[in-house]
Amino acid sequence: MKTDIILAGVGGQGILSIAAVIGMAALENNLFLKQSEVHGMSQRGGAVQSHLRLSDKEISSDLIPMGQADMIISVEPMESLRYLPNLSAEGWLFTNTTPFNNISDYPEMDVLMGEIKSLPRHIALDADKIAKGIKSPKSSNIVVLGAASPFLNIELKNLESGIQKIFGRKGEQVVKLNIEALHAGRNFAEETGP
Amino acid sequence: MKKLLLLGAEAIAQGAIDGGMSGVYAYPGTPSTEITEYVQKSKSAAERKIHSNWSANEKTAMETALGMSYAGKRAMVCMKHVGLNVAADAFINSAITGVNGGLIVTVADDPSMHSSQNEQDSRFYGKFAMIPVFEPVNQQEAYDMSREGFALSEKYKIPVLIRITTRLSHSRAGVETSDVLKQNTVSTPSDPVQFVLLPSNARKRYKILLENQAEFEKLSEDSVYNKYYEGKDKSLGIIACGISYNYLMENFKDRECDYPVLQIGHYPVPKKKIERLVDECDEILMLEEGYPMVEEQLRGLLNRGKKIKGRLDGTVPRDGELNPNIVAAALGYKKTTGLAIPSLVANRPPELCNGCSHRDIFNSLNESMKEYGKMRVFSDIGCYTLGALPPFNAINSCVDMGASITMAKGAADAGLVPAVAVIGDSTFAHSGITGLLDAVNENTPITVIIADNSTTGMTGGQDSSAYGKIESICKGIGVNPDHIKKLLPVPKKHNEMVDVIKEELKYNGVSVIIAERECIQTATRKKKVIKTETITV
Repeated sequence: MKTDIILAGVGGQGILSIAAVIGMAALENNLFLKQSEVHGMSQRGGAVQSHLRLSDKEISSDLIPMGQADMIISVEPMESLRYLPNLSAEGWLFTNTTPFNNISDYPEMDVLMGEIKSLPRHIALDADKIAKGIKSPKSSNIVVLGAASPFLNIELKNLESGIQKIFGRKGEQVVKLNIEALHAGRNFAEETGP
Repeated sequence: MKKLLLLGAEAIAQGAIDGGMSGVYAYPGTPSTEITEYVQKSKSAAERKIHSNWSANEKTAMETALGMSYAGKRAMVCMKHVGLNVAADAFINSAITGVNGGLIVTVADDPSMHSSQNEQDSRFYGKFAMIPVFEPVNQQEAYDMSREGFALSEKYKIPVLIRITTRLSHSRAGVETSDVLKQNTVSTPSDPVQFVLLPSNARKRYKILLENQAEFEKLSEDSVYNKYYEGKDKSLGIIACGISYNYLMENFKDRECDYPVLQIGHYPVPKKKIERLVDECDEILMLEEGYPMVEEQLRGLLNRGKKIKGRLDGTVPRDGELNPNIVAAALGYKKTTGLAIPSLVANRPPELCNGCSHRDIFNSLNESMKEYGKMRVFSDIGCYTLGALPPFNAINSCVDMGASITMAKGAADAGLVPAVAVIGDSTFAHSGITGLLDAVNENTPITVIIADNSTTGMTGGQDSSAYGKIESICKGIGVNPDHIKKLLPVPKKHNEMVDVIKEELKYNGVSVIIAERECIQTATRKKKVIKTETITV
């Protein structure tokens, strides 16, 4: 078993929290894990990505080879497409549809959504709206994780305990809201289906 | 034994804590910052009273670590690759003095220049200083090399260098930790003149370093970090240094490679093992992250031996970091890729944060400079370097820490008046003060804007060593107090800022404008901390 995941977004949108939750859950399952992340200059409002690799065997490279990622999990719609060369022919794309527009040449939304919907395997959801709906506007990243969770080869309870470990120091209320966000995203994926 | 999930940088920090380190010394710099930050946050480091405050720059860090070593304790100094240029004087000479307590110099290189102005390869510095160099293949080796490096340093009385690159530093994996070793007690060097590099002593010390070279070569030859893997197919032999070994193995199912492979993680290069590989195989493929250092040694000047494929013959690109695909191409494997990036995907370069004080500084500076034209603003290393990009296009140089003030002075000496320097508070403390003194001594007509956000912003908000002292430093080195101006960079003070800058641009001498407002990131974080504390109470 191996799962190679590209996490995508804009600096400050919380992709490293997604990586940390999956990472904790993977450790509980005694999986091997490598997770490469971006620090430094790009974190200032630039495009950021993280390569997250899980496997039951030893993992060699910290970076996922091109065309071999099993999924892209993106908290921003345009950013989800930036890493298509990394995605395998059978790979899935999960993305938030709320744009983070801090550039002058951001594409038209309908053209952008058309591009995402042309992909054979994708789930696109308005994670910001869903997060606001459950009164946890900062948890849109975990909503997207929830949408990807049925495809992860990791049990829901492990992800929940990952959230407990990662957000625990911020208090029980934050943990509760993020677990709700995880479920909200997962429900969306299960209800709308692929 | 515990298993921890650690970044490569954090693994080095944990290794040093467990290896009996008494102090870490560093100036922040991507991709090395997380080593020191980890020690600062570590509970066990706090319990063990391990020093971990930031230093003013890499040179002071290197020298302080050497002082701790002199006093018998184990010390680590950390920096990014270009930081070693700053620390080079102390670093090279520490190989001549040798050490007392174990001393590890950890340097994080940044091939592909993710957050840097060059991709220099610190292994050359190790070779230059003639000291042992470690280059871990993964997070576990990063931990082990760091933990065990102190003992090796003490055994041979020599500093050792650990070289990592961005990908290892910023990638997480499981690390098994070992027992925690005791810290050393204070002891002074047994040889009273070991650290006195008067020429007569230095010549003796240098001979000792030269004599030790054979020993260092033998250590490499026997090192567990230099592994020879047998292979049936001898049409190609592969040498893989550091993390390039991972990219190589990624290309073989179940990590089974038919070619003989020499994995290198400990320098000087293990000559006998290389000789064996070259003798056994028809051709050699050289994989190393950074410059073609081993490849150049392998080729020699005339390259009359076997065919060596690598960065110098174009098999591997001459610049940039490696990855599994580049290695696949070097092996002649078919290219794998997914779909192309759709053309609608626009570039999203980094930018100054919304509400950042640097924005207000550049807006007012640009307006003030209109009457003089472009190409007169020298700047420096930090968030404000983003002022070079649209919409500001406000600065015309970024070379090295502190170069804004000195380059402005040189340009003014040449007749480019007014010349402006824009420098951050942390960079000013790091290397700006001495340059300003040069300008003061000649009353050179330059206008220095200190963009003071009270932190080291770009690397994530570390303490700035001149915090609260900038004005007194400027006065102390002799800037005329009438031409030290303080501004609050906020949008509503725009006109006032423009007036002050314009006035100082006209002054025929050194002006310093201190534009002080806290970094929006650190300010937000502090607010959050206060909020959480309120909730817990």
